[in-house]
Amino acid sequence: MPMAADDIADMIRAAIPDAQVEITDLAGDGDHYAAKVVAESFRGMSRVAQQRAVYAALGGRMGGVLHALQLTTAVPN
Amino acid sequence: MTDAVQQRIADIVNGNDVVLFMKGTPLFPQCGFSSRAIAILEHLGVAYESVDVLQDQGVRQGIKAFSDWPTIPQLYVKGEFVGGSDIMMEMYEAGELQQLMTDQGVAAAN
Repeated sequence: MPMAADDIADMIRAAIPDAQVEITDLAGDGDHYAAKVVAESFRGMSRVAQQRAVYAALGGRMGGVLHALQLTTAVPN
Repeated sequence: MTDAVQQRIADIVNGNDVVLFMKGTPLFPQCGFSSRAIAILEHLGVAYESVDVLQDQGVRQGIKAFSDWPTIPQLYVKGEFVGGSDIMMEMYEAGELQQLMTDQGVAAAN
C-alpha cells in the first residue's frame, strides 16, 4: 500500500517542526518519491544524522511501505 | 537477528576498505538506487567489494540494524558508515567522496 505525498510531508513536519518539506512524485505512481527537507535544526548535523532524523520521522516506513524515497536534506541558506 | 550475523557483517565491513551492500551485483544491480551507487564508485575508479543482500536474508535485515539505516544500498569506507545512495550522490557532486577516498588512502581499481 503506497503512501500519499501529503502523508509523508505531514509525518516529517510532525517530527521536525521547523522543516520545509517538498515532495515530488517521481513516477506519478504514488510509490516513487523524492523528498527535500530543509531545516534549521539540521545545522551542525552530519548528512547521515540529518537523514536518520527524517527516517525516524517516518517511523519505520522507510524501506517498507516507502521503498523508493530519494532524500535530500539541507540547512536553510 | 543473531549475533553471528552481526559478527559476519562486522567482519565484512572491517575486512574491506570500500564495501557496498547492495541489491544485485555491480554488473546486474536489481534496484535503481544500487545502480546509482555502483555508477558513482565506478566513476571514482576505486577498488571496492560488493555484497548482494538479496542472496542473504540475514545480512539483508542485519545490515539495517548494524548501520541504524533502513535502506539499501549502504557504503562503508575503512569500517565507517558513509551513507546511502543519496548521500553518496551529494558527496560525489560536492567532490567530498573523492576527497574521502583520497584521505583514507583507498586504492584505485585496476
